[in-house]
Amino acid sequence: MLNRKEILETIDMVEKEHFDVRTITMGISLIPCIREDAEKTAALCYDRICKKAENIVKVAEDLEAEFGIPIINKRVSITPASLLTSSFCGKEVVLAKALDKAAKTVGVDFLGGYSALVQKGMTSYERSFIKSIPEALAVTDRMCSSVNVGSSKAGINMDAVRLMGEIIKETADKTKDRDGFGCAKLVVFCNAVEDNPFMAGAFHGLSEGETVINVGVSGPGVVHHALQNMKGASVDEIAETIKKTAFKITRAGQLIAKEASKRLSAQFGIVDLSLAPTPVMGDSVAHILEEIGLDSVGGHGTTAALAMLNDAVKKGGVMASSNVGGLSGAFIPVSEDIGMIHAAEKGAITLSKLEAMTCVCSVGIDMVAVPGDTPATTLSGMIADEAAIGMINNKTTAVRVIPVPGKGVGDTVEFGGLLGTAPIMEVSPYGCSAFISRGGRMPAPIHSNKN
Amino acid sequence: MKAIVTVIGKDKPGIIAKVSTALAQNEVNIEDISQTIMQGNFTMLMQCDLTNAKLSLKELKSELLTLGESTGVSIHVQHEEIFNAMHKI
Repeated sequence: MLNRKEILETIDMVEKEHFDVRTITMGISLIPCIREDAEKTAALCYDRICKKAENIVKVAEDLEAEFGIPIINKRVSITPASLLTSSFCGKEVVLAKALDKAAKTVGVDFLGGYSALVQKGMTSYERSFIKSIPEALAVTDRMCSSVNVGSSKAGINMDAVRLMGEIIKETADKTKDRDGFGCAKLVVFCNAVEDNPFMAGAFHGLSEGETVINVGVSGPGVVHHALQNMKGASVDEIAETIKKTAFKITRAGQLIAKEASKRLSAQFGIVDLSLAPTPVMGDSVAHILEEIGLDSVGGHGTTAALAMLNDAVKKGGVMASSNVGGLSGAFIPVSEDIGMIHAAEKGAITLSKLEAMTCVCSVGIDMVAVPGDTPATTLSGMIADEAAIGMINNKTTAVRVIPVPGKGVGDTVEFGGLLGTAPIMEVSPYGCSAFISRGGRMPAPIHSNKN
Repeated sequence: MKAIVTVIGKDKPGIIAKVSTALAQNEVNIEDISQTIMQGNFTMLMQCDLTNAKLSLKELKSELLTLGESTGVSIHVQHEEIFNAMHKI
């Protein structure tokens, strides 16, 4: 029989340490739905999503009951929508509404993939598509959008970086009655991955199969708890414990992913090893770092502790899953992590430190609220900085920033649910508009030439 | 299919009888059982075979949950595979 200690450990993980499978995300190719006019394409996309994802919620609920592991989110990701709208520029929002409706019909929490990949160049239809994003996010509830503006292979599309600063501002403005909530559903990437199960950046890449299941595990609380019993242990012992914990968490994710794919007649894609926090107590990545020995996340030592955490999670997770992918690293969203929220409130963490942290973990400046009067070019500067870190270090980086209309430093914004609460953080008063307005393309780094 | 039934709560007479009666009524065979008192709590683990069970695992879980509430203990029913996955290489 199974070991008593192991059985009780699993039960404690769920009951006391917030262990869960954060998301089951079904990637669906919508390429077969492309038609010449907006209405036809939208109708076909709606039908295809509803058919393919018909049972995702039921299957997730069944798995949750059978295995006793909560499955928090059920999601859908689709082919980057800019590839579907080339023949009806100016009417992209028709598709956005259909996607949102489909998400509601099948009962998923979010649908991702209102996306464009413009890291090297931007076609006229992609430009038109990107310009539709603010309106699309304002008139939908569950749809998420992302734009990839750079890669280690292609360099950084500085025209897209400039445009995205403006798009973020416009999205905030169009959703100003909800404190710029639209921006919480919009992420700008460098080196975006095609199999990310997490929002807002999930999309179903072109190299993917027809229908794929990707699973994101979680468990900051489990890691935190494991470290609470290690007062005075050396860093290598801490790393070892994190590895073992990540292994167990990921194995649960792998089992659920395999079973979900079988029941949903979809291909098993990947397990994403990301440590994803939530705003509830006991589910915080920041608190893990503080347990390791920081007075507060954001202080000196934060980047080093995070680097070790991130690496140990990967090492434990990789052995636990046959296919690891997605973002697979610790997330450091400010509004979605109670420890990060507290650090931001007391000024312990700044945008500069967050930027440094993104050099060693996934994914970037995430869920950060900034003053509503932050210039678009400054937002573009943030995007460019993050994209440069991603491009040079061959990793995914991203910016999900909310310039909250009418609010400034000292104010707080409430998004509710998993998106949490964000104190408005200070942005550098020194601009970069002359740099951003240059546009063009930042050449790919020398180490991209590997052939 | 094999499931693990875990019963945790304040010790009192009749817990094992009630749980095993409920399992027997649903044609669930108990293959292994271990019980102890841990930190003052009654803790029982049962490995069960659901091959001929009258109820699905989900339904059984719901029935035992109700029984647990009326008996004052917490009862979990989980597919055995989750423990194998998490704790065996």
